[in-house]
Amino acid sequence: MSVAKGKLKVYLGYAAGVGKTFRMLEEAQELRQKGVDIVIAYFEPHGRKETIAKTEGLEVVPRRTLSYNGSQFQEMDTDAVLRRKPAVALVDEFAHTNVPGTERVKRWEDVHAILGAGIDVLTTMNVQHLESLNDQVFHATGIRVRETIPDWVVDEADELVFVDLTPRALRNRLERGVVYAQEKARRAMENFFTETNLTALREMALRHTAHEVEEKLDAADAAAAATLAELPHEPAAGPQPAPRTERILICLTGRPSSAILIRRGKRVADYIHAECLAVHVGDATHDREAVERHMSFARNLRIETHVIPSGDVPSALASFARTHGVTQIFMGRSAPLPWWKRYRETIVQQLVRQARDMQITIVAERRR
Amino acid sequence: MAPGRIILGKMPSVDNSRPNPEELLRKVQADERRESRGRLKVFLGYASRVGKSFRMFDEGRRRKERGQDVVVGALQAGVHPEIQGILKRLDVVPTIPTKHAGRDYQVMDMSALFRRHPEVCLIDGLAYDNPPGSRNPYRWQDVSELLDRGIAVITAVNLQHIREQQDQVERITGKRAANCIPEEFLHEADEIEVVDAPPDALMDRTGGNTIPDSRRLAELRELALLLAADVVDRQLQEYLDSHGVAARWGAQERVLVCLTPRSNATDMLHSGQRNKLRFHGALLAAYVEQADLRPQDRELLEKNLALARELGAEVHCLKGGDFVDAILAFAREQRITQLFLGHTGRPGRAWLARSPIDRLIDGAEGFDVRLFPHGSAL
Repeated sequence: MSVAKGKLKVYLGYAAGVGKTFRMLEEAQELRQKGVDIVIAYFEPHGRKETIAKTEGLEVVPRRTLSYNGSQFQEMDTDAVLRRKPAVALVDEFAHTNVPGTERVKRWEDVHAILGAGIDVLTTMNVQHLESLNDQVFHATGIRVRETIPDWVVDEADELVFVDLTPRALRNRLERGVVYAQEKARRAMENFFTETNLTALREMALRHTAHEVEEKLDAADAAAAATLAELPHEPAAGPQPAPRTERILICLTGRPSSAILIRRGKRVADYIHAECLAVHVGDATHDREAVERHMSFARNLRIETHVIPSGDVPSALASFARTHGVTQIFMGRSAPLPWWKRYRETIVQQLVRQARDMQITIVAERRR
Repeated sequence: MAPGRIILGKMPSVDNSRPNPEELLRKVQADERRESRGRLKVFLGYASRVGKSFRMFDEGRRRKERGQDVVVGALQAGVHPEIQGILKRLDVVPTIPTKHAGRDYQVMDMSALFRRHPEVCLIDGLAYDNPPGSRNPYRWQDVSELLDRGIAVITAVNLQHIREQQDQVERITGKRAANCIPEEFLHEADEIEVVDAPPDALMDRTGGNTIPDSRRLAELRELALLLAADVVDRQLQEYLDSHGVAARWGAQERVLVCLTPRSNATDMLHSGQRNKLRFHGALLAAYVEQADLRPQDRELLEKNLALARELGAEVHCLKGGDFVDAILAFAREQRITQLFLGHTGRPGRAWLARSPIDRLIDGAEGFDVRLFPHGSAL
């Protein structure tokens, strides 16, 4: 017998110390008082007194200890949580990557296992861990976030709550040593926790939460429209315009900039509700490993991937786009040709010339 | 700049990147005023009972515990029991109940507050009117006076009380709040903090539980988040400007449509408008002035510009000899993230010559270039 999936609620912040975990624990305490069977499956205290005080009276499922490279690591004991089977489980730090040797690579995969058992989950994360914002975060702050989480994982959350604190208040908390120990706090304030970085990240979090709210409203509208369409009704007067689905095609190569291209193309596709495909043109031997890595990255973001074994990249791209109803082609800038080849056209130039009936987007690298 | 405003004849800042003396003087004066002025912090909520007041009083409590002199300047009727607990530990300067023309008012006791002169004044409910004959017609003006005297103010306000948002709020809820504050007042605040909660939690608290309620609340919530994002975006740009940091890519998507007489303006502008709506971004349209335009081309261009304005684009005319240089400078200055451009009319290319499109693509720093076909879309 299959159980109904548990509900997922995400507390979204824009930096460590804004109070995500605190807010989550506040809700946990409220639920406990209402008699809900709730446990802490994973909690990262960071030595913060006010937060630790909020855990009082909440049952904790002990973590498991793992050894890796001679060091001891503590991870959530997902099996123990599943055995305990509470109504609600608290799991801090949604974007966490598990230490090698655990069953699942990412904590969000553990969370999916818990949800699958019909347990509701409350969790926390920062906006900079969203895959689609990775380049924008780098551009705004100079920091390349390594631990990312695919957007669809967060989109699937039943509820997203933005936890706000002004950058000034956050910096005050750092100064008072509430967030980190003094020395670490001082370094943090000089590097990541600058006023501009925090403000930029906060704006991203606000916009992302607004976007998620809108997506939920759109989904509700679509569901309502589908119900209506099933009802018998009078045919509308005149021809109905067929809703044309936008289709974005991302051209992958082995070049490192392909990752930026994938994130950007997918982000635009998500916002305009377009389908998203990725294609690589070329023989399988050249840059094989890098191409394969980009293809699997694209698939992780739920992008359909194709390979066309052809030497003529622009023609292959143009004909694939035409046969697959592509409305917009996304590609990276071609590397500049050496001067003795400047009489030739780059692939972008060739495609632009050959596919003048198509929309082509050339994505610039986001540098600092 | 408000979306949809039309600015003609604006020059790209390559020529005037240096602020003029008046601007500098204004900046210095503003900085001086800010130095001596009390700080203003506003808690923004999207509906009643999201917990704004509690968050505000809780901050007052924490500041008091840290040794700051905190006083309550205004309370709202029906104080929540959780807040009652906090109030026991804070001094309250009661508002003066006043009756005028059959209406009840609660007026802040300004002279008592001036005498008491606390470091921090908590004011619950910012959007209140004062009766005729008061010191100021509106409470937000009282707050301004407190700030001028160096008293920091922490206050709370709901979305429906922000004047520029009231049309949209009314469209969603069918109701319009009688009292309001100008949105500019929020922009002047040193800090605004959003109090967010999912609508479902709110309905548990308020007892309402119909789907229309939940939908309306979600729409209000989105509006409040976007308003806060705009306030934050402006703060960031002002901070960067005042610290001499070049404008850089923000979190907002900004689309620039490049118009020429022969470009397929309709498709570009409609796509641009859609992206503006979907991303809650900005839509700009620009053309580079050409002296030797033929009359029929001039007419086409005028038509395209009219359409741009109709679709809510900010229209800019760029003066400057070279098309590509003018567009690139303008895109940089305006923090553009997506540039829309038509494919060139002529097929093929001159031997060794780089087309304007090639040069634009090469020069695009931090923004995407999207090329549109001529004629109707595919």
